[in-house]
Amino acid sequence: MSVYDFLYYIILPVLAISTLLIFIRFLIGPTLSDRVVALDLLLTTGIGIITIYSIYTDQPAFLDIAMIMALIAFLGTVAFSYYLDKREKNE
Amino acid sequence: MNDYLIIILSALGAIFILLAAVGVIRMPDLYLRISVTTKAATLGIGLLLISAAIYFNEIGITSRVLAIITFILLTAPVGAHMIGRASYFSGVKLWSKSKEDDLKGKYHPKTHGLASGMDEIKEKNESKKSI
Repeated sequence: MSVYDFLYYIILPVLAISTLLIFIRFLIGPTLSDRVVALDLLLTTGIGIITIYSIYTDQPAFLDIAMIMALIAFLGTVAFSYYLDKREKNE
Repeated sequence: MNDYLIIILSALGAIFILLAAVGVIRMPDLYLRISVTTKAATLGIGLLLISAAIYFNEIGITSRVLAIITFILLTAPVGAHMIGRASYFSGVKLWSKSKEDDLKGKYHPKTHGLASGMDEIKEKNESKKSI
């Protein structure tokens, strides 16, 4: 079993299953904060999938997109928590 | 040799991310979920990225991978703290079996300032006003 087969048949399905589990939490999360945490974890798992896919297709240019995705995940979390804070102050 | 290293590191990373996903769906409380997200997912992503760096074996890609890992290590605790603080203000309940809430009564409800003994300060101010 080569590295490519291992990555394609074992690692990528495990990451896909964990994405599905996190998406269930994203759908049923009782509060908005739960959904924000699930979104952050979804983007982080996306970075992992991009990394494995860049190994599988032998294209290191995908790692740039992983870096941008990390930046967007952090910005999204900070913006959501900022507006949660604002919303509470107005009420 | 490199193949075995890539297989071991990527398997460990995938297991950690799967554990984070199971934790985020099984944990009973928002704050416990934040704890799982920050630690397990950061470690898993770091291991996956290191396996990519070993596979490509170039100095440019290794430095890029190190930049991503440093960025995630720096930003994951900051984001977790910000969302935890905001959701504590917006009144997300702790788990019913949590024994202690150390922050109870230490945040000012309007200005969101943090101090120990916030209730006593408020009482003093009120007594001054009444005098």
